[in-house]
Amino acid sequence: MGAQALSLPATASLPATPVAQDYSLFLRRDPAGQAEMAFAVEGIDCAACIDEIEDGCEALPGIARARLNYTTHRLTIGWEAKAEPAPARVLEALAKAGYRAYPFEADRLEEIDNSTSRHLLRCLGVAGFAAMNIMLLSVSVWSGNVTDITPETRDFFHWLSALIALPAAAYAGQPFFQSALRALKARSLNMDVPITLGVLLALSVSVFETLHHAEHAYFDSAVMLLFFLLAGRYLDHAMRRRTRAEAGNLAALKAVTANRIEPDGRLVTVPAAAVKPGDEVMLRAGERAPVDGIVLSGTAAVDESLVTGETLPRSLSVGATVHAGSLIHDGVLRLKTVAAGEDTFLDEIERLLDKASTARGRYIRLADRAARLYAPMVHTTALLALFGWLIAGASLHQAVLIAVAVLIITCPCALALAVPAVQVVAAGTLMRAGMLLHSGDTFERLAEIDTVAFDKTGTLTLPEPSLSDAGDVPAPLLAAAARLALASTHPLARAIAAAHPDARPLDTVREVPGAGVEAEIDGVTARLGSPAFCGCEALAAERAALSPEASLVAVRLGEACAVLDIRQALRRDARAVIDDLRVAGLKVVLLSGDRRAAVAAVAGELGVTDWWAQMRPGDKIAVLESLDAKGHGVLMVGDGINDAPSLASAHVSLSPISAADVTRAQADAVFLGEKLAPVAIALKVARRARHLMRQNLMIAVVYNLIAVPLAVAGYVTPLVAALAMSGSSVIVTLNALRARQGGFAAGEKEAA
Amino acid sequence: MSVLLYLVPAALSLGLLGLVAFLWSLRSGQYDDIEGAAVRVLSDDDLHEAAHERPDRNALTGEPRA
Repeated sequence: MGAQALSLPATASLPATPVAQDYSLFLRRDPAGQAEMAFAVEGIDCAACIDEIEDGCEALPGIARARLNYTTHRLTIGWEAKAEPAPARVLEALAKAGYRAYPFEADRLEEIDNSTSRHLLRCLGVAGFAAMNIMLLSVSVWSGNVTDITPETRDFFHWLSALIALPAAAYAGQPFFQSALRALKARSLNMDVPITLGVLLALSVSVFETLHHAEHAYFDSAVMLLFFLLAGRYLDHAMRRRTRAEAGNLAALKAVTANRIEPDGRLVTVPAAAVKPGDEVMLRAGERAPVDGIVLSGTAAVDESLVTGETLPRSLSVGATVHAGSLIHDGVLRLKTVAAGEDTFLDEIERLLDKASTARGRYIRLADRAARLYAPMVHTTALLALFGWLIAGASLHQAVLIAVAVLIITCPCALALAVPAVQVVAAGTLMRAGMLLHSGDTFERLAEIDTVAFDKTGTLTLPEPSLSDAGDVPAPLLAAAARLALASTHPLARAIAAAHPDARPLDTVREVPGAGVEAEIDGVTARLGSPAFCGCEALAAERAALSPEASLVAVRLGEACAVLDIRQALRRDARAVIDDLRVAGLKVVLLSGDRRAAVAAVAGELGVTDWWAQMRPGDKIAVLESLDAKGHGVLMVGDGINDAPSLASAHVSLSPISAADVTRAQADAVFLGEKLAPVAIALKVARRARHLMRQNLMIAVVYNLIAVPLAVAGYVTPLVAALAMSGSSVIVTLNALRARQGGFAAGEKEAA
Repeated sequence: MSVLLYLVPAALSLGLLGLVAFLWSLRSGQYDDIEGAAVRVLSDDDLHEAAHERPDRNALTGEPRA
């Protein structure tokens, strides 16, 4: 049998709606008894939203303050100490004003990130202050040295510089000192070891020189070095913090709630995270299962396309297992929770996921690869300079000075800024194009791919089914179908209602359990449901032969009758995006868990010749591995729980916002909206970003090729060091800003 | 060169003042929502005093303002 004729459920048998909502999980109380709660808010796009939300919330009884963070789209509500917190009222008020809000709990990692970020900013401030003031003194000394400065004044200025530089470096250098110490303890070298060595040596040599009334001191170089390096470090951190905040918001926006059956029989809506194994949960038509469970009572048809990629629903009855993410088509289920929260994996998926994640850990970022080469080279050059000058007959004092100058001049200011500056700018561009990154090295990996593997269900197609032949159905029949559909929670009914948004609900609709809905429209009997219920099996059979992958629903209005073809339609720009990718020289493949016929149809429509159907999660990984073995870098785009392991094992991965939680967590980036275009834009931006990163690294190398010989030759005075360091840092930063230009062009072209 | 005895401390203390101001603004959370600060400057919150006196209705709840 090809097509399935689904019946619409009887809404009459639904249990009462939940009586209470429990948000206590998200409430935080300070010692004074004030309750506070955070919400992630959707739909904020203008300055007026801030006032509307804050004023509106503060006008609610018992609320002491409401503060909206426009950068992270989070609202913090504080209740008065005496007042009983009522989060439901806040949500209701926001919903009335058109904002969807979700209770939010900041995870611990994010809080640590925030405090590290503040610490870096404080260090940056201190280093900036010190660099400016020491430069003030240094410029005086430099200009004095070529005119008429007295040795006493010069010493005085050098001592003043020391007074500022030593405490400032002790404070602002902490992030580097600590990291270098950790690396040394682990018997390895990182970029922070030469930095720490350079700063400490420069400072001690400068103090020594000052004690001996010398002409030059390197206090300004040491502090300026810290300033530029901290700027790079802060950018890198800001990038990570921002992506983590986005990920946190996504988790909250997508947070599932569960209808838990309390021991006393009440039905309470709680966040899915609050459900524990053993709890009983109620599932109604149109809802997604929040937990893994075993059916205690009831029967239902369940759509597991998010779990397995299979689009045909499965019927469940008592004793069957339901996986988190399954969509209930009709019926009502009472579940006993087996696994909740992060444990809701199929065993197979979990095992594959563990394996794939450990393999992924081997990737080394471009900046780290550069650093790994850099640290030993810097140390060797400085040592060679020291011994070279000693052998050439210079005094120890002179030789040490030159070695320190080499360490300072090679310190990787430009290198430290080269990669993070490009990443921050490019991530901003992608965010505007509707793509949120989970990690900064996504760009590098995205730029390295030559093959794109797509999942079908929910990725190339829209996640929700839709009516595909709305144009062919006579208008009165479609209007009647839509009005009838409004009375049902069946997912297919929702698709019909969505096809005709102007439809008004009917007053009295009779439900025929297992068959469909029926009503009188202007004195004519109208029916929506299975073809048998509407008496048009012949028509349905004909259509089923033509399009085996569709779900068919029939509608009858008086004597007229039509069959509605409901399927998961392709994203509107899928064809264009795939053509774009091919033009860009990428190989496109299709990996789906769905039936052969359904996959073949989509592959044919998109012109994809390499496709695999009925793939188990392990099969998908096997295909990816064989591609990898042939030397292809693969980008995997998928949304189902069955895609999670392959997303983790691919070189880089993307998923749509509608993806299952587990899957989204594995993806390197998430794209918003109904279009597939962000995938193509991301590739363009990533290639440009990698190009700029490499260019920046090249600039840093060229800078060193010029500066190092000068330093080794002994020509680097503090003035030359200052010019070289700030010059190269500024050039690299300006170059990074070009990532924005290119990205904009790419984004606008797609939008046009 | 005795003028340096005044000028150098003056320059340093001005710089220090700037640093203290920066650390204070950081501590009071002024860098937590930079984009928000950029758009808040456009809001009409200075007109709200007047709005509160009028029997205006709340934008969110539809209830009269307290």
